[in-house]
Amino acid sequence: MRTLYAIYRKEMNHYFVSPIAWIVVGVFLILSGWFFNRILAIVIEQSMEAMMQGMRYGQAQNFDVPGVTLRAFLGVISSLLLFVTPLLTMGVYAEERKRGTMELLMTSPVSDTRIVLGKFFSLLTLYAIMLLPSMIYVMYMFANSDPRAPFKLIFAGYLGAFLLGGALLAIGSFISSLTENQIVSGFITFAIFLILWVIDWGQQGQGSTKGAILEYVSIVHHYDDFARGVIDTSSLVLYGSFIVLALFLTVRSLDSMRWRRA
Amino acid sequence: MSGAQEIQVQDLTKTFGGVTAVDHVSFTVNKGEILGFLGPNGAGKTTTMRILTGFMPATSGTAKVGGYDVFEQSMEVRRHIGYLPENPPLYPDMTVGEYLDFVTRIKDVPAERRAARVDDALQKTNITDKRHELIKRLSRGYKQRVGLAQAVVHDPDVVILDEPTVGLDPKQIIEVRNLIKGLAGSHTIILSTHILPEVSMTCDRVVIINKGRIAAVDTPQNLTSQMRGGERVRLEVAAHESALQEALGEIPGLVITSFQPVSGTGRLVVTVEAAAGKDIRAEVAAKIVGRGIPLYELRGASLSLEEIFLKLTMEDPAQKPAA
Repeated sequence: MRTLYAIYRKEMNHYFVSPIAWIVVGVFLILSGWFFNRILAIVIEQSMEAMMQGMRYGQAQNFDVPGVTLRAFLGVISSLLLFVTPLLTMGVYAEERKRGTMELLMTSPVSDTRIVLGKFFSLLTLYAIMLLPSMIYVMYMFANSDPRAPFKLIFAGYLGAFLLGGALLAIGSFISSLTENQIVSGFITFAIFLILWVIDWGQQGQGSTKGAILEYVSIVHHYDDFARGVIDTSSLVLYGSFIVLALFLTVRSLDSMRWRRA
Repeated sequence: MSGAQEIQVQDLTKTFGGVTAVDHVSFTVNKGEILGFLGPNGAGKTTTMRILTGFMPATSGTAKVGGYDVFEQSMEVRRHIGYLPENPPLYPDMTVGEYLDFVTRIKDVPAERRAARVDDALQKTNITDKRHELIKRLSRGYKQRVGLAQAVVHDPDVVILDEPTVGLDPKQIIEVRNLIKGLAGSHTIILSTHILPEVSMTCDRVVIINKGRIAAVDTPQNLTSQMRGGERVRLEVAAHESALQEALGEIPGLVITSFQPVSGTGRLVVTVEAAAGKDIRAEVAAKIVGRGIPLYELRGASLSLEEIFLKLTMEDPAQKPAA
């Protein structure tokens, strides 16, 4: 445990001593803040229009501004993750391999599993530090809406964002463990994320088995459930499986370094 | 064998795909000894060291460090080993002190001993004044010392150093060698090198390894003296080449390897060689004096460690000095 914490602590120091964390978190918050602002403005406009139309036709319509905004905002966050997570994970192992420090870690009394977990937990922490401040805007909006919207929705949505990010970070780490080159690692990670994003496109409502499978493994599809406030066990299992599988593969990948020549 | 054996390697073999990098290597290292691993690049030095450090498993054979099997009890072995790979494994963004503290943590040094261990390692490698400097700002020589400090910071019984002086300037090389000598006694050390003088200067014993096989194991002095003595003789005589050749031609198995006229004196400096282990000095002197050739000097010329090394590692017999 002590050694796992040593790895975790080293990674956290690395993020915050170097400008990586500050830049990534800062840029993410600026972008997400700007998007939130735009989304809210648009949704309010739409709600006004809906209200006018309702009055014109004599039937009042309920327009769920907080819910719609949250869903759109979470959508934006997931798109930002597509770009940000490869940047966070590309160096995790590639850099250690290139510097030769992987050899130090792998000849220390630390199991490969602990190296992988220590690094993964530090990535998750950094991600949480990046993600959580954006919750403040959403909570403020929910608290000030009339009628007051249930906070449960926010927690479900952010749980989804956290799990989606966790899965992407785990996959990205695995890719990083395969190469010494950060650019290669980042680019391949980005390409794989893009495929995961679009894997179920064109399959909706086709009713085919293939479509159902693709829809089930699409991490974005399950993310939408969370954004609607639905915490489905199958979604939890899917993200959990993605994370466990990717971490397991990373451990195997470290092990395979021990069998290679250079 | 004096002293307890700290490292025992038995029939160690490592193959990568079809290539055998280490081929049935066996040797032992005594407690407190400095063992030199000498061989050309690609001889299998790094691979052997990586097996000992638990970085990679062997294909067959066993290796024990401090009584622990490097594969079965890898974690115990890693606790007792300090390792400096060819490129020191440093984090450029850390200060020297932070880095050494991190290493004590992953080496599982108990919290109450960490600070003292870091101080000790800094002091042993003479870098206490660089404690608060960022590693990326250090010169190559200082980085190497931080690498050494990293290898001893958890006070390991065994220290393994892969080419510790490579890439350093002559002054830094001497400093690092002195540091390594200072570590002996309290640590058992294996160091690899392809530089021969390094071995004679720092090591108690040498393992010469080539193409994955051990070519010789001995003390540097023995390796040199084994080859010294009768089989190679340097002469200074006043004679013509032909007369000398005639005189020496009577000794079976003797070969003249070089002629060098000494300018202005009419003398020749000649080197002759015979089969290893055969003392030809008396015979050569008798033949020359018997022919009435003036003999100014005669002495046994020793092979340098370089030459021994070449003799032991040279594959093609045709390239060996004729025996």
